[in-house]
Amino acid sequence: MSDDRKQAQEAISEIEDLYDTDYEIGQDNIEKWGFDMHAPVFPVSAFLILVFVVGSLMFPEESKQGLEATRNWIQNVFDWMFLSAGNFFVLFCLALIVLPVGKIRLGGEDAVPDFSIMSWFAMLFAAGMGIGLMFWSVAEPVGYFTEWFGTPLNVAGFTDESRTAALGTTMYHWGLHPWAIYGVVALSLAFFSFNKGLPLTIRSTFYPLLGDRVWGWPGHVIDTVAVLATIFGLATSLGLGAQQAASGLNFLFDIGAGLQTQVIVITGVTAVAIVSVVRGIDGGVKLLSNLNMVLAFLLLAFVIVAGSLGGFFSNLGRTVTGYVEYILPLSNPVGRADDTFYHSWTIFFWAWWISWSPFVGMFIARVSRGRTVRQFLTAVLIVPTLVTIVWMSAFGGNGLDQAADGIGELADGISDSTLALFQMLTHLPLTSITSFLAICLVLVFFVTSSDSGSLVIDSITSGGKTTAPVTQRVFWATAEGVIAAVLLTVGGSAALQALQAGAVSMGLPFTFVLLAMCVSLSRGLYHERQLLQYNEVLQR
Amino acid sequence: MYKKIMVPVDLEHTDKIEKALHGAAELAKSYDVPVCYVAIMGRVPNRVAPSPEKFEAELNMFAREQAAKYGIETECKAVPSVDVPVELDDKLLGAVDEVGADLIVMASHIPGIADRLHLISSNAAYMVKHSNVSIFVVR
Repeated sequence: MSDDRKQAQEAISEIEDLYDTDYEIGQDNIEKWGFDMHAPVFPVSAFLILVFVVGSLMFPEESKQGLEATRNWIQNVFDWMFLSAGNFFVLFCLALIVLPVGKIRLGGEDAVPDFSIMSWFAMLFAAGMGIGLMFWSVAEPVGYFTEWFGTPLNVAGFTDESRTAALGTTMYHWGLHPWAIYGVVALSLAFFSFNKGLPLTIRSTFYPLLGDRVWGWPGHVIDTVAVLATIFGLATSLGLGAQQAASGLNFLFDIGAGLQTQVIVITGVTAVAIVSVVRGIDGGVKLLSNLNMVLAFLLLAFVIVAGSLGGFFSNLGRTVTGYVEYILPLSNPVGRADDTFYHSWTIFFWAWWISWSPFVGMFIARVSRGRTVRQFLTAVLIVPTLVTIVWMSAFGGNGLDQAADGIGELADGISDSTLALFQMLTHLPLTSITSFLAICLVLVFFVTSSDSGSLVIDSITSGGKTTAPVTQRVFWATAEGVIAAVLLTVGGSAALQALQAGAVSMGLPFTFVLLAMCVSLSRGLYHERQLLQYNEVLQR
Repeated sequence: MYKKIMVPVDLEHTDKIEKALHGAAELAKSYDVPVCYVAIMGRVPNRVAPSPEKFEAELNMFAREQAAKYGIETECKAVPSVDVPVELDDKLLGAVDEVGADLIVMASHIPGIADRLHLISSNAAYMVKHSNVSIFVVR
């Protein structure tokens, strides 16, 4: 053996030793009654969920005040950190796209993707932000234009400049930054799982930093917090979303938006989500995500054509120029004077995306085997941003046009943010059909978040195993619906908002978790590239 | 009477299917036919192996060990699945034709409370209900 080859061989085994763990996936698990539970993550998570739910039901006002005060404190004190971290994640992801490590394939050189590009993309979108886009794509830009709740950089409302600012700012909140946050988590999980053989659970991404300690209590804490953030994030969105969906249904069919309708919505969404998880990723989640993509495309095409093609293209121009013009000033954490906007919109969104990142990131990771780092980040970062530009120009653009031209309710500003989309559709043709389509989309997007979320929690609570019996995922999907319904029925909005504030507060610890992930991932990718180079030497 | 015996295996729990493995080997010897071990392989790292490639290698080794242990001809097949607990039954059913088996020997758990409460289902029961070939369920 030549010296070169010998050195390469030694270097390879040195790197492989770094990731060699004696931990066996599922070794801490208890298999009983159709469950395959990681101890202590499963029982501790279940217990804490119960404590928080009961606590917020017994003291709804106190817990709302306490948790909202915590969230506000976090958002006011750490605003610069959220914003800077967000900027860093975007730069980090863009760097990985262009650097040579972009060639590394998730799952190894010969791995082939499990899903077609379209289905893969549909699943990313449906889990990640479909539901938010439905509700905010009209309300947010119109809100800025009509000075509903602060304006970006204090740009005066009702002006031509504020239309561009409104579209550009909304894009800023729904474009590269959130997807970079998801991308960091998703890529870290996918890389350490598919390339390094570590269990598919959040703690694995810390293996290069903490070594075998991740299988002990530091890992238990990270995983448990991820479970709590996910289940409370999902359950409270479902509960509050049910109120929105009910007001939409009432708007359309006049069936009343009361508690009864809301509980029916929660029950329906949960039932379909359970069917979906029982049918699995291929037969359930993928199918619904694809269906949603088709429906969303139809609605988008209709809004573009019906709202006037010329108007759409002029709004498209505004969105792009607004995004380019405002991305830097809005990313700047120093010397901000637009306090209301800055904290209530941007920082809230950043904390929100980060608290959702364990869930969305892990689901994206699971379906991304076989893609290269470059393909992966392009699809997670660039493509959704481009699609959102079109979506925002159509929906937000139409809403803004109506508000600026004094047409309909939107001209008077946002009265109820959940109805903004429907108010916009009212002034386009075929209102009843499009509003019905929109409400269907909203409901199915809830299902696609709920089913993928249940799969994620199922995997974390079984120590990274994805082979736990189906009963376990049904348990989590049911738990989510029950939590939402109980909170709504017994505690009302106060209880839901309390726990939602709690979930969003998780954004702070997770900001540190994500920053550490970037360090860990950089090391991992650097080692992987070295491995590839040494292997080339050996094959020569 | 039979041409090939298929034995579904869970490499994580080979200790629990010892009787089925033994029974399949005895049948293979008496009919002088090969045994094909079929395992459903997830895409995510699991206890058996950190990657699908290594999983296939483990299954290959398992088949060779069985051949040496019982003096029979063996082969194996790893069927990929993106969601194992959901797809297991259908993938096993599909493998029967693919490997050309006309007898299945498989282990099954003794039903308990979890079965009565419908918390878990039986893979063997599904195969008996849906497959056309003969099945020997071992407990």
